[in-house]
Formats: sequence, structure tokens, C-alpha cells
Amino acid sequence: MKTILHLLKKEFAQFKRDRSMIAIVVLAPMIQLIILGYAANMDVRNIPMVVVNYDHSQHSRDLVDRFVNSGYYSILSYAESSSEIDSYIDRGDAAVALIIPKNFGNDLYAEKRPQLQLIVDGTETNTATTGMNYASMIISRYSQNIMVNRLDVSPGSQPAARVIPEIRIWYNPDLASRNFMIPGIVGMLLMVITINLTSLSIVKEKEIGTYEQLVVTPIKPYQLLAGKTIPFIMIGMADVILVLSVAFLLFGIPVKGSLVLLLFLSVIFLLTTLGLGLFVSTISRTQQQAMMTAVFFVMLPMIFLSGFVFPIENMPGFFQNISYLLPLRYFFEILRGIFLKGIGLTDLWDQALLLTLFGVAIFSMSALRFRKKIG
Amino acid sequence: MNAITVKNLTRKFGDFTAVDNVSFDVKRGEIFGFLGANGAGKTTVIKMLCGLLTSTSGNATVAGYDINTQPESIKRTIGYMSQKFSLYEDLTVSENLNFFGGVYGLNERDLNDRIAWAVEMAGLTDKKGALTGSLPVGWKQRLALGCALLHRPQVVFLDEPTGGVDPVSRRRFWDLIFTLAEEGVTVFVTTHYLDEAEYCNTIMLIHAGKIVAGGSPRQLKTEHIRYPMLEVNCTGIIESLNILQQQDWVIESSVFGTLLHVSVENEEAGSRKIKEVLSEHNITVHGIERIVPSLEDVFIHLTDKP
Ligand SMILES: Nc1ncnc2c1ncn2[C@@H]1O[C@H](COP(=O)(O)OP(=O)(O)OP(=O)(O)O)[C@@H](O)[C@H]1O
Ligand SMILES: [Mg+2]
Repeated sequence: MKTILHLLKKEFAQFKRDRSMIAIVVLAPMIQLIILGYAANMDVRNIPMVVVNYDHSQHSRDLVDRFVNSGYYSILSYAESSSEIDSYIDRGDAAVALIIPKNFGNDLYAEKRPQLQLIVDGTETNTATTGMNYASMIISRYSQNIMVNRLDVSPGSQPAARVIPEIRIWYNPDLASRNFMIPGIVGMLLMVITINLTSLSIVKEKEIGTYEQLVVTPIKPYQLLAGKTIPFIMIGMADVILVLSVAFLLFGIPVKGSLVLLLFLSVIFLLTTLGLGLFVSTISRTQQQAMMTAVFFVMLPMIFLSGFVFPIENMPGFFQNISYLLPLRYFFEILRGIFLKGIGLTDLWDQALLLTLFGVAIFSMSALRFRKKIG
Repeated sequence: MNAITVKNLTRKFGDFTAVDNVSFDVKRGEIFGFLGANGAGKTTVIKMLCGLLTSTSGNATVAGYDINTQPESIKRTIGYMSQKFSLYEDLTVSENLNFFGGVYGLNERDLNDRIAWAVEMAGLTDKKGALTGSLPVGWKQRLALGCALLHRPQVVFLDEPTGGVDPVSRRRFWDLIFTLAEEGVTVFVTTHYLDEAEYCNTIMLIHAGKIVAGGSPRQLKTEHIRYPMLEVNCTGIIESLNILQQQDWVIESSVFGTLLHVSVENEEAGSRKIKEVLSEHNITVHGIERIVPSLEDVFIHLTDKP
């Protein structure tokens, strides 16, 4: 135990003297959060739209107005027929086309189901998903209004048998993607910082030769392991708290659920990242190698495939299946669940269980490999 | 009893044999010098003895413990100073001492005593708060020695401790080694400097992974060079060397600075013949003198053989 304390003391003494380290640990997370929070705020506005209106009734004009007034769309042009749409979308001028069929207004009141057509340029995934979400929201609100109006007109009559389903956008009603991003950023930062710090701090000692000096002392492998992981658990958790505070103070996004649960599950997640960090350190001889391995073979795939950049539902089936193997996926769901929905272990137990299993497995395998390398 | 026994120790890196079937003993309390050119395998032997590297085959004991089965016990009884400086440069002198003393499990009082001793020994009393990285090489090496000795090891391994150190600091470092040996510590030291080798009780010469000779400096000089050695002071060193090497009565010849060392069967006849043959080529001979061969002569004699 004393040996571990000596190791921790040494680690923090070095840490204190390394200005670049402080920058990495304190400034980098804040800057990332702020940049991603503002710039990569995937809140889409003024999506260029082409409208083909075969109906020309008051109702269809109402609907188009709603698109414009929402602020999410701007009408690029009105086309005469749907055959013109292709060229707009192909050229990338318009991201969305709305086609209103003939007799739209009449059909609405005749209780037929009018078919609105929305064509979305799928090449820009982000705009597309948000665009579709906005459109469904606008359309559903519109149809709801009509029904309410009709109830007003003839209070006795039954509402139409066919109810246009209301699409509600849960948890993030104004679709502000910042809300969606910030829990992701917490997870990503935690991962990047702990994997890097753990692997680099070990490989750095290998590179400058102090590692050898450690190995000839009677330090036991488990003590060295503790000395090389505990500091980064502490730093990682401090960073989580830092990022949560900035998210709240700057963006006004509070943690809806239990903060304690969030911190606890973060520690569980750290088993995975520390394990991966140790693993990287056992296969790298220089800091550059370690950095490259960590970034390209561990972190980028995790970030891309765990639903941080692309929603998992939009990924090809093969990659969706792979994402089940990535603990970051579970951690993202947990973070978003606790952060945005305010749900607890009753709803998240399966994700938490998987996260724990992966964490324990990855950490113990890496720890064994690390021990063998020293012994 | 021997402090170290090595039997048929071998280490391969892939197809390359860095240490080839090496055997030797180190007596308790002696200064044991391990000599060899770059890449001879010195560091590899030390690393195997300290448990930093596994052996491919063979066996060795350090302080009575087997390197293959009792590496943990060995770690407690040895001190190790690696060839590459390996203390924390971003820690201060006293932080380094505290850390290494701490991980060797010294209790507080012992630790303070030993640190005071080490600081005094290394002459770092007013540098305790200095960052280790800012010290001159000679000071760093003394600090590294201090760190390696905090836990009072029975055997210390010093891998080229004076590489890149100025002559005054080198001499000072060797004084520390003598003091250690007087206290009964076994010192296993590698070096490139042949004057340092003269300070050792026993020398082992390793060449391309194999032991080529061993013994006290005196033994090496008398056993391996049996012919008289003449030191020739003349003009045109290189030309003279070429001429002498073509004579069948010259056993060995080599350049030593501005002089030639030449081995011949008989001192007087040899001396005469050298003068003759060199004057034939218009080379002026200033003087010829019989000398006691130095370790360097032995070294060249042993490793120059095809
Ligand atoms: N990890 C390794 N992998 C492959 N070859 C190695 C390794 N370590 C050492 N060698 C090779 O083994 C040989 C012996 O190296 P070693 O470091 O023991 O020599 P040395 O006598 O200490 O040399 P120097 O005086 O330069 O320190 C060298 O040819 C070296 O290149
Ligand atoms: Mg060496």
C-alpha cells in the first residue's frame, strides 16, 4: 500500500511540473466542449426547399407557410412538376422537396388520407435527419390543428376515424442537437483522456528508461498497475465534473437524472479505457506509436461506430452489429439516458450490466498482459 | 562464496546470438570489470542478471538466488545503474531519492538516514531541491549511484557509469566504487576505459558475445602477451607499421598514439632488426624501449585475432 502511495506521489509531482499536461487535462476538454457545443451544434436552420404544389388550395398554402415560419426552411423555388425536383437536388441547391398532391385540401376534409411527399437529400445525413424530423413535426402539428378546428366547428361530431398520427419528438423537443451532443462529448473526452494518459505515461517511462529502473526495484506488478491507473481515474473524474459544470453554466444543460449514478457508471466505464490504455502500452515502444495506435485503432473506430457522429440507426447493418461490441455505445446510451431523460438504473440496468462486463473483461485481460510483460 | 556465478548463459534475439554460452564467477566484495567493445553483449548479460531480460538458456545466481526462479529475491539484494541515465529528470534530487527509497520499502527513519548519506556521498548537499535534469552528467551519475545504494544492496551493477563524464568526475566516481568495495559490496562494472579496468580486481573480456579472457589485470598482461614488447619512436608511423607488418619476425604490431608497439621474440635481436629495416626505408628511429604491455595491448592482442 505504501509503495502505491509513493508511486502516486511521484506521478502527481511530475504532473504538477508538466505544463502541457495541465493544458491537456484542463483546457483541452473545455475547448472541445465549447467548440463542439457551438460550432458543431447540428441544429439546422434555413434548409433550402423546393415546393411542388399541385393543389393550390388555401390549405396547402397554409402548410407551406408553416414550413417557412418555422424558420427551419427557406423556400428556394416553386416548381411546376415533380420532374423538375431532380435537378435541384442533384445540383445540391435544395436539400428537401415537398410535393403536395392535387386535392390535398379537399381530401383532408373528406377524411381521405392525403399523401404528402417529402424528398430529402440523403447525402448530408445530418441535415437529412434533422430536416425530416422538423418536417414530420410541422406536418403533424398542422394536421392536429385541422382536427381541433373541426372539433370547434362541429362539437358534436366524432373526430375523424382516421387520425393523422402525431409524431412527438421526445426528450429533445426542439431538436437542439447540442443537447444530444454534450453527453456524447463527456463520454468521448473521458475516453480520449484516460486512454492517452495511461498509455503515454507508461510508454514515456519505457522510452526514457525509467521503466527499467522501476522494474529492477521490488515493486510488484499490481502496485505499478495501481500507480499507473489511479491517477488517471482521478483526473478522468475531475474532467467529467469539469465538463458537466461547463455544460451547465455555459449551455444551461443540467443533468436531469442522478449525478451520483452518472459518476459511478463513469468509473465503471474507466475500467474499459484504462484497460485499453494498458493494452496499448504493452504493444508500443515509443510515445508516437502509442498515440497512433490509440487514435487510429482504438478511439476513432469507437467514436465513429458508437453513435457519437452517426446515429447507430443510420449505420449499415454490419456496423450496427459491431457497435454492440463497443462499450462506448453503452456508455453513450447511459449518459444520454441519465443526462437528458433523467432515467435511472431501472431503465438502464441492461446497458450498465453490459458496460460492466466489457469493462471487467477488457481491464483484466490487459492487466494480465501488462503483468506478464513486467514479470 | 561467490556473489555471482554464471553458467553457460545464452541470449538470442531472433537468429542473432548476443550472449553466447558465457560462464564466469564474481567473488564477494570484489570489483569486477566487464570489458568489451560496443555491441559485445555487456548490457545484455547485466540485464539477464538483474531480471530485466530472460535468458534463452543457461543459468546464473546472484547473491545465491537463481535468476530464473527467484528474480524477486534478487531485486531486493541488488542495486542497478543502467547505461542510460534513468532517474526522473522532472523530479528534484530529493524527490528522486525519496521515491526510490520509498519503493524499496525503507521506513521513514532509515530512509532519512540513507538519503542524508546519499546526498553527502554524491556531493549534492546544496542541490537537493534542484531538478535532476538540470544537473551536469557527472552529478547525475553520482545521484543515480546514490539511488541504487539506498537499500544497502550486496551487489551493485553499474553499466558504463562513467560514460560521457569528465576525468575529474570519473576519478571521483571511482573513489566511491573503492569505498563500496571496502565495505564489502560486490561491484560489477562495465567500462570502455582501459585505465578504469586497471582498477578492477578481476576483468572479464567479452567479444561478440563470447568471453575471450579473464583474470586480474596482472594475469591478463603476463599470460596473454608472452613476448617482449617494444615501444618504437620513429617518423612516418603508418609507413613504418606497414613495413614492420610485412616482416615475418614481427609477432604483432600496432599504433599507440604517435608510437608503435611491436612484439618480437627476442628483445635485443628484435630491436636491432627494427632499426635496420626502418633505416633501409629512410625512416629515422628516435628510440626503442622495452615496455610492460598495457591492458590495451592485451585487449588488441585478444580481439584482433581473426
Ligand atoms: N532488444 C534487442 N533486440 C535485438 N538485438 C538486441 C537487443 N538488445 C541488444 N541487442 C543486440 O545485442 C548485441 C549486444 O548488445 P549489448 O547492448 O549487450 O552490447 P554492449 O556490450 O552493452 O554494448 P555497448 O558498449 O554499446 O553498451 C548488440 O549487437 C545489440 O544490437
Ligand atoms: Mg551496453
